Amino acid sequence: MENLIQDLKIQIIDQLNLQDLTPQDIGDDQPLFVEGLGLDSIDALELIVLLQQHYDIKVANPEDGPKIFHSVKTMAEYITAHKKAA
Amino acid sequence: MHTFIHGTGVIAPYLPGKDNPLPAPDSQPRLRCIEPDYKQLIDTRLLRRMSRVVRMGTAAALTSMKDACVEMPEAIITATAYGCTEDTETFLTKMIVQNEQMLTPTAFIQSTHNTIAGQIALMLKCHAYNNTFTHRAFSFEHALLDAMLLLQEGEISNVILGAVDEMQDTRFKILERFGLYKRAVQQGPWGDPAQRDSPGTIAGEGATFFVLSTSPPAASNICIKDVRTFFKPGDMQPNILAFLAEHHLKPSDIGLLLWGKNGDARYDGVYDETARGLFDTNPVFSFKRLCGEYPVATAYATWLAAFILQGREMPAGLLPAGLQAPGHVLIYNHFYNIHHSLILLSAC
Amino acid sequence: MEKPVWIGGVGMISAIGNSVPEALQAIEQGKSGIGPMRWLPSAHKDVFPVAEVKLSNGDLADYTGMPCGITRTALLGVAAATEAFKSIEHLLHPTFKTGLLSATTVGGMDKTTHFFKEFLKNQSGGRLRNVVYHECGSPTELVAEKLGIRDFITTISTACSSSANSIMMAARMIQHGMLDVAIAGGVDALSTFTLNGFNTLMILDKAYCRPFDNSRNGLNLGEGAAFLVLLSESALKTMGIEPLCRISGWHNATDAYHQTASSPDGIGSCIAMRGALEKARLQPEDIGYINVHGTGTVNNDQSEGTAMKQIFGEKMPRFSSSKSFTGHTLGASGGLEAVLSVLALKHGLIYPNLRFSTPIEGLGLVPETHFQTGVDIRHVLSNSFGFGGNCTSLLFSKN
Repeated sequence: MENLIQDLKIQIIDQLNLQDLTPQDIGDDQPLFVEGLGLDSIDALELIVLLQQHYDIKVANPEDGPKIFHSVKTMAEYITAHKKAA
Repeated sequence: MHTFIHGTGVIAPYLPGKDNPLPAPDSQPRLRCIEPDYKQLIDTRLLRRMSRVVRMGTAAALTSMKDACVEMPEAIITATAYGCTEDTETFLTKMIVQNEQMLTPTAFIQSTHNTIAGQIALMLKCHAYNNTFTHRAFSFEHALLDAMLLLQEGEISNVILGAVDEMQDTRFKILERFGLYKRAVQQGPWGDPAQRDSPGTIAGEGATFFVLSTSPPAASNICIKDVRTFFKPGDMQPNILAFLAEHHLKPSDIGLLLWGKNGDARYDGVYDETARGLFDTNPVFSFKRLCGEYPVATAYATWLAAFILQGREMPAGLLPAGLQAPGHVLIYNHFYNIHHSLILLSAC
Repeated sequence: MEKPVWIGGVGMISAIGNSVPEALQAIEQGKSGIGPMRWLPSAHKDVFPVAEVKLSNGDLADYTGMPCGITRTALLGVAAATEAFKSIEHLLHPTFKTGLLSATTVGGMDKTTHFFKEFLKNQSGGRLRNVVYHECGSPTELVAEKLGIRDFITTISTACSSSANSIMMAARMIQHGMLDVAIAGGVDALSTFTLNGFNTLMILDKAYCRPFDNSRNGLNLGEGAAFLVLLSESALKTMGIEPLCRISGWHNATDAYHQTASSPDGIGSCIAMRGALEKARLQPEDIGYINVHGTGTVNNDQSEGTAMKQIFGEKMPRFSSSKSFTGHTLGASGGLEAVLSVLALKHGLIYPNLRFSTPIEGLGLVPETHFQTGVDIRHVLSNSFGFGGNCTSLLFSKN
């Protein structure tokens, strides 16, 4: 889980072009949207593609975004729960 | 009714200033904008999504508002012929390379021609009139026309008007294949395009924004009097005479003619033929010497005209010798002899 | 009293027909133009339905008398503009100042995509003739040259409200006395670029779109072109024709909420509709029909419906989304819907909103579901909203 969270932070910074941030700046439980990192619904769509690209997980309904992408930790939990058996 | 310039914001290859060198092409026949530190002007959370052209436009718009001490515009009008090419290319490339799979929305969203006008409105939470013109070398002229009409309609007192086009590498390569640019580039400042006798020009780019109003600002009386476009007009002389006559002017009243000579020997003769017998003795300056050739270059010319009309200092020897306070400046531009335009500015 | 601006002719091409009479016939018969992709080359061919014009580029070239090598956008533009223009062309006086004000979002992207595939492999690859029509101004100029219009030519691009804004600009220029006659509207051809773009936003429905229905789940992209002939009072008199109606109101506002989504309370659309009413000096109860933007996305219909309720309250005029027939034609949609609004007014028509069964929860708005004729309508409102928050409403009134 620790490694996954660290990977996710790097991937999020890269995908969303958060140039001024380092992985250390993002707390595991910090909300990613609005009051937290200030991400918005366009970022949610970017993160859906991130899950597909890096973890082969398809989120069919964008309405699920807020729940899955609440924080890096919730993302990691979602990935762990939905990862296809290797 | 006159349209007064209250503030300007310009990102261009050249701005007059003591230490600013005249623009010079590098290894390619193109003049590049000198860009500000965008982080000083735009929230970094917004910057991360902005391509270069969006940064240029947004920064120039914000600068013009600051210059005019306007916090909330009553209309936002932009002009761009090329639009947001970089994001268009990004999305198009991924679409082709990834066979339409796993694409992300940001580049697509930012690729629309109204991105800059929309972004400015979004940043300012401005619910006012918002429009974008994208008709080649008429884009700026028609955006200006829209602004002037809106002000005349009398429901609002200020408009932000801007024109943005960037020369990005891919577009340059494609346009180069069309033979638009010079093959050999000389070192050093480009010099006066009127002196060139080879085919091709030098590419330019820029973001030029104005805050316009019908009431004169405290410190200036420079106004934009009129703008007109002509599609494949043939002989422009009657059009110019009629345009000037509408403002009770003769060619000899024009204190400075800013024409759009771009150094392309195939097209610059059109300016000479048009000016012959009309502007034989008027001071003339080729504004594309400072900004290069691009479809909305007349926005830069408009800014330059206002700068000169205000009597602000230009580097010694750049403007024609003997140029007095010009009173009226006429901008005459044509783009490959298809799109011709006239813009008249005066000290009112 | 402001100078009136008259509508003297209309033309349109879309998935429901290549001309105005064909479109009206399809609507009367309840025939939607949405279906499986036929011409558009896309990896999503079997996934997303689209509303294509039922002619290949070759057929369109024959239909318009244009060369086949130009872009589909230009071909569609010529088809619709010619239909609108031919009704008045023989009446034009040589002193008239005539303008063409068009709108588009994709320009010649269909051909650019072909070019770019080759260019990506090799930077000296790709045929230049496929990229020469790329810019938004290009289709406009091809139309202008075909119709012989020289006095004023422009192109506006404000996403999905583009052609509503070109019509508005035309009306204003006539009021200012700058033009006597204006051909105004817009055009967009389907392109893989926009299809994939809208797919990344996850707002394309794999089923046929259901505007204003509670089960709505996205839009279907369409293509088409539509133009109106706008006339000044003096041009109308000189020509001695009976106008279809007049354009009495217009307003352009910005939602300023989000780059692509509309605000929950629809502030931008509310300001646009209110402004158009004010411009026409009308009250909400004067409106007999609204041709809504109604894309069928969860967000748009919620936002637009909320704004409509704010303005019209319980006395909601009849309304429907013609996108259930034509798909969302983006830069052309404002033009297509303006043409349909003019015809609704002229002939007393109400268009059905296809595939509606259940009102949106919390809004309870019920669009018209049957084609009606002979309805007494005095004023019609047409809404067009787009990315970037661009919102424009147009208002058409009986003579």
